Amino acid sequence: MSQQIQVSGLDAYYGRHKAIEDISMTIEPNTITAFIGPSGCGKSTFLRTLNRMHEVIPGARVEGKVLLDGEDLYGPGVEPVSVRRMIGMVFQRPNPFPTMSIYENVAAGLRLNGRRSKSEVDGIVETSLKGANLWNEVKDRLGKPGAGLSGGQQQRLCIARAIAVRPEVLLMDEPCSALDPISTLAIEDLMAELKSQFTIIIVTHNMQQAARVSDRTAFFNLAGQGQPGRVIEMDETSRIFTNPSQKATEDYITGRFG
Amino acid sequence: MTTHTVQRVSTGRRLKDRLVQTLVYLAFAVAVIPLISVLWLVIKNGLARFDLDFLTHSMRGIGARDIGGGAYHAILGTLEQVLLASLISVPIGLLTAIYLVEYGRGGRLSRAISFFVDVMTGIPSVVAGLFVLAFWVLALGMPFSGFAGALALSILMMPTVVRSTEEMLLLVPGDLREASYALGVPKWRTIVKVVLPTALTGIVTGVMLAIARVAGETAPLMLTVFFTDSINSDPFNGPQMGLPLYVFDQARRPTDIAVDRAWTGALTLILIVMLLNLVARLIAWWRSPARGR
Ligand SMILES: Nc1ncnc2c1ncn2[C@@H]1O[C@H](COP(=O)(O)OP(=O)(O)OP(=O)(O)O)[C@@H](O)[C@H]1O
Ligand SMILES: [Mg+2]
Repeated sequence: MSQQIQVSGLDAYYGRHKAIEDISMTIEPNTITAFIGPSGCGKSTFLRTLNRMHEVIPGARVEGKVLLDGEDLYGPGVEPVSVRRMIGMVFQRPNPFPTMSIYENVAAGLRLNGRRSKSEVDGIVETSLKGANLWNEVKDRLGKPGAGLSGGQQQRLCIARAIAVRPEVLLMDEPCSALDPISTLAIEDLMAELKSQFTIIIVTHNMQQAARVSDRTAFFNLAGQGQPGRVIEMDETSRIFTNPSQKATEDYITGRFG
Repeated sequence: MTTHTVQRVSTGRRLKDRLVQTLVYLAFAVAVIPLISVLWLVIKNGLARFDLDFLTHSMRGIGARDIGGGAYHAILGTLEQVLLASLISVPIGLLTAIYLVEYGRGGRLSRAISFFVDVMTGIPSVVAGLFVLAFWVLALGMPFSGFAGALALSILMMPTVVRSTEEMLLLVPGDLREASYALGVPKWRTIVKVVLPTALTGIVTGVMLAIARVAGETAPLMLTVFFTDSINSDPFNGPQMGLPLYVFDQARRPTDIAVDRAWTGALTLILIVMLLNLVARLIAWWRSPARGR
């Protein structure tokens, strides 16, 4: 079952450049949390520190703590690979594996992590595609290349691929920014359904989307030009959008800057 | 306010367009003429002796003025030498390229390796042959053999394999690697299951180019596999023959019969390279799972 995430005093660097500073927050299981904020304030960076994808970039490093159900993901001896199995990720641009079929794309995380019986994989592929609301559209062409789907379908394929490995948490970095309104709606509905099984964190530039789908919202901003990004305010989504406690949050939400 | 109107393409621009177009076509023709004329000559002169006899017989016991004789021993030698050279250089080349792109990341070691690969690219083929002659045959006292030739050829193949594989790996988008890492797939598995398959067609093409290049090398073979007129199927022992050597050997003989054999040898060599190419392409096509477009 999903678990609580507790972040405390987290800094992330690209080489010598500090991108985010002193971030602390608690994310409850089976909720949807939205990250909003102007471009370049470190939302993606922070998201990627949560499943240890940040350190994939050469020279990038992280200081501070991320506890998943009490266990520090950055503790000594923790295997980043196992962290990523527990915390899945969907990227801004759909990125299905071009050499693989639809079926193989969904099965990729299972197959690439060791042997499983065919029937077991078949079952997981079907439930994952159903979970991503894609099953009906692709069930007759599972053997066709994943790259042959439309952009919105590809993104749902990537979601199916991410949930197929049964993570606890699902990180989504602007998952709808390359999609049309209908596909966007499909994915928003999907998030509401997935909430019962996963903890979801989504980065979005779309205020309505944040207001529609999320339970809690965190507003990120730069402390100043050339300075690292910080969390300015985090609260119930309804509060952030109606009665934020910070002036900067209100200015951003009402479109006065950013 | 200025108003914009739709303008006709001026005569000057149209003339320039025509001129450049003509130049491009001319350049294309100039580039293709040698290719076609070489193919034409080889096919025209080579077909005369391109028969079963040629493909199944060696030159053993064929006197200077005798008709008949064939290149079976040379075909066999070339196939064995190229196969051995590929077995040596393709794994090393692939692993080197993987190290350079996936692990080295512009560090000191990878820059040093890159530099030496560049240097190797520039080694003249005679020098590779001389090196194997001096090191393998003279210093270590090994016999002339197909394997010695394969060593020389692999020195020539390796940098080509490294460079072309490196380029293909660099073309694989970082997105795909990240997508795989984010599924909890370890790095080495990501390379084997995601990066290499994505780059496979390009890598195969690069390897085939490298093979095609060394299959026609003559100089290094002269110094390492020596000559023979008879069949020697053991590449590790005793002089062998190779098709380029065969062509060279027959072409310098004074009779028309021998010169015909040389042409047919050249035709056979071209056909072998083309056939290998075809097979590799089939393998690449068959190995790519998402082919049902
Ligand atoms: N790979 C990288 N190397 C160096 N610096 C980076 C890298 N990626 C991001 N940064 C820097 O880190 C800071 C935060 O970037 P990040 O991508 O996290 O912002 P963001 O909030 O996601 O922006 P956006 O809304 O535009 O996606 C920026 O100053 C950016 O220039
Ligand atoms: Mg971002």
